[in-house]
Amino acid sequence: MIEELVVLFVIFVLAIFVGFEVITKVPPTLHTPLMSGSNAISGITIIGALIVAGQGETQVAKYLGMVAVAFAMINVVGGFMVTDRMLRMFKRKPEEQK
Amino acid sequence: MTDALIKLFYLLAAVLFIFGLKRLSSPATARSGNWLASLGMLIAIVVTLVFQEILGWREIFIGMAVGSLVGGIFARTVKMTGMPQMVALLNGFGGGASALVASAEYFNYLQAGEGIPLNFGVAIQLSVLIGTLTFTGSLIAFGKLQELVTGKAVTYPLQKTLNGIILIGTIGLAVWLMVEPNNPMALYGVLVGAALLGVTSVIPIGGADMPVVISLLNSYSGIAAAMTGFVINNEGLIISGALVGASGLILTNIMCRAMNRSLANVLFGAFGATVAEIGGPDGAVGDLTVRSLTHEDAATMLAYARQVVFTPGYGLAVAQAQHEVRELADMLQERGVQVKYAIHPVAGRMPGHMNVLLAEADVPYDQLYDMDQINPEFPQTDVSVVIGANDVVNPVARHDKSSPLYGMPILDVDKAAHCIVLKRSMRPGFAGVDNELFYQEKTSMLFGDAKDSFKKLIEEVQQL
Repeated sequence: MIEELVVLFVIFVLAIFVGFEVITKVPPTLHTPLMSGSNAISGITIIGALIVAGQGETQVAKYLGMVAVAFAMINVVGGFMVTDRMLRMFKRKPEEQK
Repeated sequence: MTDALIKLFYLLAAVLFIFGLKRLSSPATARSGNWLASLGMLIAIVVTLVFQEILGWREIFIGMAVGSLVGGIFARTVKMTGMPQMVALLNGFGGGASALVASAEYFNYLQAGEGIPLNFGVAIQLSVLIGTLTFTGSLIAFGKLQELVTGKAVTYPLQKTLNGIILIGTIGLAVWLMVEPNNPMALYGVLVGAALLGVTSVIPIGGADMPVVISLLNSYSGIAAAMTGFVINNEGLIISGALVGASGLILTNIMCRAMNRSLANVLFGAFGATVAEIGGPDGAVGDLTVRSLTHEDAATMLAYARQVVFTPGYGLAVAQAQHEVRELADMLQERGVQVKYAIHPVAGRMPGHMNVLLAEADVPYDQLYDMDQINPEFPQTDVSVVIGANDVVNPVARHDKSSPLYGMPILDVDKAAHCIVLKRSMRPGFAGVDNELFYQEKTSMLFGDAKDSFKKLIEEVQQL
């Protein structure tokens, strides 16, 4: 049991380092889309929500799961869509000015 | 076998998230990065629905339909000026979802009646605590940004002591729950305590410190997701949650550095609780005088300059003047004026707020300059135009050791040959500190709503 936990913990720590490496390179111009985009990624908790809502071992868990699915889905759909809307606006200077 | 397959698919999703975030390192590739990340999410959802033993489709269907609808409407209708509120809300829903999943798992364990293994107990507690705190904290942040709750720092006697008591009480309950896992009352206690803590810890933080709070809550929502990953034994959640947690921490750190304040000072300092009124719209303090100029003079100054640098602040978002700014900039450029934009890291209410606003107005991103890039340029600039920014351009930060702003890196707008400040009144900025810039000889004030002022400037430049 503890070994299993340690393996998960190792993954957690390594992933934090990967996150630091990747995100340090994001320029300040894109900080808002970074927040909304990473927000959508934290909606990954939807996996857990789907499992508890779908396997529904107890009534309570089922309904809590349903609300969790809705919350996480707002996060996922809202996050990715609004990020795309923002990123669509970032344009370069038209070439003829150069 | 299926288990291994599912895990590999989750790994694929996490890899796609990492590639997606990597592509955010340039505006040119960012959009495709976002698509890669959404593809990863789609894979994770489909795999879960197909391979996990899903029995109750009704709840899932309702949850997904409601969530997609609400999220979609939010994403389509939110104004770019309202983006900080939107991100605050999304943080909250993410944290809330994680707390709900962990609570549901608790009830599953309770029902099974076999007791809760200690490691899952710890993860459940952490997930519930951080998730709930993120949820209520984000709602308060949303309220402050939407101005449903006062944007000022709310303080009351013994605030820190009370917060400390709630924190210790909540942790105590969480520990008790691990010792006595069969008592759901303790879980309710943890829920209530964490919810309270979210409210009481965000309420003393003022509006202009919101960039830090939103970044921190963003990080929390990721960590809550990772904790949920420990609860349901899922590496995908752990990796993705850790990525988001790291991202939020980096942004928090950048924001704090840009204000030269520690995170503890932002969170507990109750900065900006009082905002003093110093002088009227054209009033002066003591023997200091303020020069104001007409739109005509300002337009002439801008039209015959070689280089103009616009410095936007939260006032730009309030006045919604980004389109007018762009229009004026276009006209100046046609006349051969070099136009640049100087963006302070904490300008606005969230990281990158100004960049998004200007991008919405079709300002090309290669005209937006960070503080480090633009500061050496100010001495060669003829006119710097400050639009609703205040503390981030206050020269007092450079030399007055007694000022609360001392040491904060600022944009050197006062080093340009002339400085025009667009402002509604002489009210000091968020820090409550009078701005030296306004009294300097090179500075001229253009009072009024920024949008109206820009419209008038556009008319004047047209007539030149």
